[in-house]
Amino acid sequence: MKVNVKLFATFRAGRFDIETRQYPDGTTVEQIIDELRLPREKLGIVMVNSRHVNLDREMCDGETLAIFPLVGGG
Amino acid sequence: MRELQGFLREKADGDLISWQHQLAAAERFALSVAEVEAAILAADLMPARYQRNRGMLTTQQQARLFQSRVAVIGCGGLGGYVLEELARLGVGAIVAIDSDHFEEHNLNRQLLSSPGTLGQIKVVAAAQRIAEINPAVTVRSVQEYISRANGRDLLADTDCVVDAVDNVTTRLDLEALCSDLKIPLVHGAIAGWYGHVATVYPGEDTLRKIFRLWTGGKGIEQQLGNPSFTPAVIASMQVAEVCKVLLGVGAPLRNRQLTFNLLDMEVAEIPL
Repeated sequence: MKVNVKLFATFRAGRFDIETRQYPDGTTVEQIIDELRLPREKLGIVMVNSRHVNLDREMCDGETLAIFPLVGGG
Repeated sequence: MRELQGFLREKADGDLISWQHQLAAAERFALSVAEVEAAILAADLMPARYQRNRGMLTTQQQARLFQSRVAVIGCGGLGGYVLEELARLGVGAIVAIDSDHFEEHNLNRQLLSSPGTLGQIKVVAAAQRIAEINPAVTVRSVQEYISRANGRDLLADTDCVVDAVDNVTTRLDLEALCSDLKIPLVHGAIAGWYGHVATVYPGEDTLRKIFRLWTGGKGIEQQLGNPSFTPAVIASMQVAEVCKVLLGVGAPLRNRQLTFNLLDMEVAEIPL
C-alpha cells in the first residue's frame, strides 16, 4: 500500500519533507516511525488524515501520516 | 475625587492626559500613578501613552485591560517578551512567577537579561523593567516554582495565565490548575527555529492532547537551544491571545495549535 508521510521541523533533517512510501498492508504508525529512525522520546503530534492517533494505529492505503517533534522550551 | 476629575478635565488635550499631568495629579492628590490612571479611564479619558492603541482599542477596552490581572509563569525567553508587551499594552496588574536567576547562557535571547543583571533574580528584574516602562502597572513578583500546592494562592483573582515555562511537567500541572480555577491559559513553546501557540479554556485539556505522546524529558529544544527571534515571535502571539481573551474579541486559538517553522517559513494549524 502507499502512505503519504509528512515530516515536520527537525524530523526533516536527513530524511524528507513529504514522500509517498510503499509499505506492506497492516503496517502500523509505530513501525513507520521506527523505520524512519525517529526518536520515540521526541515525538510530539502524530496524526493520520489530520486526526490524532495512537502508535499502534494500522495505516490504510492512501492515508497521510503527519509527524511533529516535541517542542517544549520556553 | 471630584477635584481630581476637574483637574484631569482641565489638563486634557482632547481626551488625552499626558504622562506629565498624570504624575502631577498623583503628586497633588497624594495618589499612586496607578490610582490616577484608574481615574483617567473612569472619566472616559485616555492616558496619552496609549494613544496609538486607540485605532484598535476603545477607551472602555483600555480600561478593561487596566482592570485585568495576568499571571506570567516563567520570566525567561518567552516570559521576558510577554511581560514587556503586557505592560506596554496597559494590563493593570501582572503577577510574575519564576524561581530562577539570570545566567550567561540567557543573554542570547532573554529580554530581561543583560551583563548587568547576571545573577539577579528574574522576577526582580521583571518588576524593575515594568516599573521603568509603565509605572502605572502593579507587579507582584513571586520567586517560587509554581505547583499544585502554591498555585491556588498565586493565581487567585487572575483573569488569564500565560504559560512561558520550559518543561512539560509544569505545563501539564498548570493546565490542570487553571482548569480547576476556571482561568483561561495561553500556552507557548519553542525550540530552535520552531514554536507553537494554543489557548486553553477550562476543561478543554488542550495541553494533555498536545503532549499525549510525551514520555518524560525535554523536547527538541534540548538539542537546538533557542535563538533571539523565536521567543519574540511566539511571545507576541501569546500576548495577542491574552488581549483577545481579556476583551472577549476575535477568534482565540481554542482547540487548535498553531505551529511555526521559521526555517522554512511554514505555518501549520493542528486541530485538537
